[in-house]
Amino acid sequence: MLVVEGLVKRFGGFTAVNQVSFRVEQGEILGLIGPNGSGKSTIFNMLSGTFAPSAGSMQFDGSEISGLAPHRIINRGIGRTFQIPRPFHRLTIFENVALAGYFGQGRHSRIKAEEAAERALGMVGLTADRHALVDGLGAAGLKKLELAKALATGPKLLLADESLGGLDEHEMDQAADMLRKIRDELGITIIWVEHIMGVLMRVVDRVMVLDHGEKISEGLPSQVSSDPRVVEVYLGTDAVATQAAAAEARR
Amino acid sequence: MTAKQSLPWIAGAALIALPFVYREPYHLHILILILIWSFAYTSWSMMGRFGLVSLGHGGFMGVGAYVTALLWNHLGVSPWIGIPIAMVAAAILAMIVAYPCFRFRITGHYFVLVTLALSGIVLQVITATRDYTGGSLGYTPDRTKGSQIWALQFDDKVTWYLIALGVWAAGLAIWKWVDRSMDRYALEAISEDEDAAAAAGVNVTWEKLKITVISALMTSLAGSLYSQYQMFISPDTVSGIAVSLQMVFAVIVGGLYVSLGPTVGAIITILLAETLRIGFGTKAVGWDNLVYGVLLVVFIIFLPKGILGSIIDRVKMARKA
Repeated sequence: MLVVEGLVKRFGGFTAVNQVSFRVEQGEILGLIGPNGSGKSTIFNMLSGTFAPSAGSMQFDGSEISGLAPHRIINRGIGRTFQIPRPFHRLTIFENVALAGYFGQGRHSRIKAEEAAERALGMVGLTADRHALVDGLGAAGLKKLELAKALATGPKLLLADESLGGLDEHEMDQAADMLRKIRDELGITIIWVEHIMGVLMRVVDRVMVLDHGEKISEGLPSQVSSDPRVVEVYLGTDAVATQAAAAEARR
Repeated sequence: MTAKQSLPWIAGAALIALPFVYREPYHLHILILILIWSFAYTSWSMMGRFGLVSLGHGGFMGVGAYVTALLWNHLGVSPWIGIPIAMVAAAILAMIVAYPCFRFRITGHYFVLVTLALSGIVLQVITATRDYTGGSLGYTPDRTKGSQIWALQFDDKVTWYLIALGVWAAGLAIWKWVDRSMDRYALEAISEDEDAAAAAGVNVTWEKLKITVISALMTSLAGSLYSQYQMFISPDTVSGIAVSLQMVFAVIVGGLYVSLGPTVGAIITILLAETLRIGFGTKAVGWDNLVYGVLLVVFIIFLPKGILGSIIDRVKMARKA
């Protein structure tokens, strides 16, 4: 569904993403993890059209999308959420989602947009008053709204950016189950960026790990979490030492 | 029909009936000026309400006034054809200035500065081409010897009052039309966060360009009407930075986010200017600008939603409580 090859993004002299290639298959949930500044969000910004790549190609459903404007990419079926929810404060909750339903699906009818908004709000289970402004929503509510906006654009591929930051453990589990539900019920393929490894590993089909803009590991969650390079960058060299010490002690 | 729905119709009927009952020429003159400027201020607010603060609208108004008058005097083109030509000219000018701004994301203060330059340029062009435009001494459309309707020149104030009233009402209708469209959601979203609006699928550049062109078309029409009514235009009264600032000031005083806010702004500013002119005569030339300046600061600090906007907020709060 998505084939990315040799993706590079430079900001001045700094290379944020360096020669990253990966594929996403129809119907899977791919986890994308890595420490802060490892290039996860930059990859998302290129996939969604916010930045144009410096080099490399991104093929979605067989056609090249690199360099397209964000609204064109969304109309082709790639929706995104932002790491920090970015709702529109001057619109009501329903209008926020209806806006995405209208413009995200190529400005078809307003009625369809409102239906898409209803469905998206129902899917994420946002129970707050839909005709109120967004200011009353808490962190969990804002995350749900952000997700509903992305869903209302009718994506085939959803780019979910760190959707669990700022939630407690119970809310995190709920959100993780939500992503799985979106895949299972709506058939939407998902790339999920997250730093919290635990919850992510439980839900995703495959994981890709980035560090300093390069792909250092990719595979099934169980394989990746035991990859020493991943353990090193993710948990730090101390953790490697601790693990080694633990192994020593067991012997 | 509820009382609230019928109110605009009753008010409209009363406004149409007014000149047939009350014909004092000076007061009608003031009303006509208020209606024409209300329309100009409404035109400015079409984009101003979405955070697109333009100081270039004096330029669009000048294009409307001068293009129509020049076509009439030099080529004998009727204002019925000249006005649409002037509107298209203003729209093209708006696109030339706004497209690069929107495409390369020149927003906020930088956008204001670019549009400020536009006002200045139009004023300079009018002044510099004095052989055709009369320069800073002003310009008068030739009086017609034939049909008044063809020349869009009328001696009686009642006709002008009705024309101005119709155009003003059309301006409010366009406001309502934008207000009810999905484009309003998009523009509100853009004014808050362009990236997030784009992520919702909005073509940010296109949406901003559309509202800018609508605003420029309307402002140009206001300029043409002003010229046809006053039968005298000068660069300072219909173009330039002063006119642009006057628009911003009036709208902020009246209320930027409500449909009748610009109209309230026009009533206040024109009455203020007339009172000062009559009360103090030549001793107070330029005082209105001083008063505007002080009031502008006071309003931005204490009543950022303007007079009408603040009143409506109060009424809503009182109803809730």
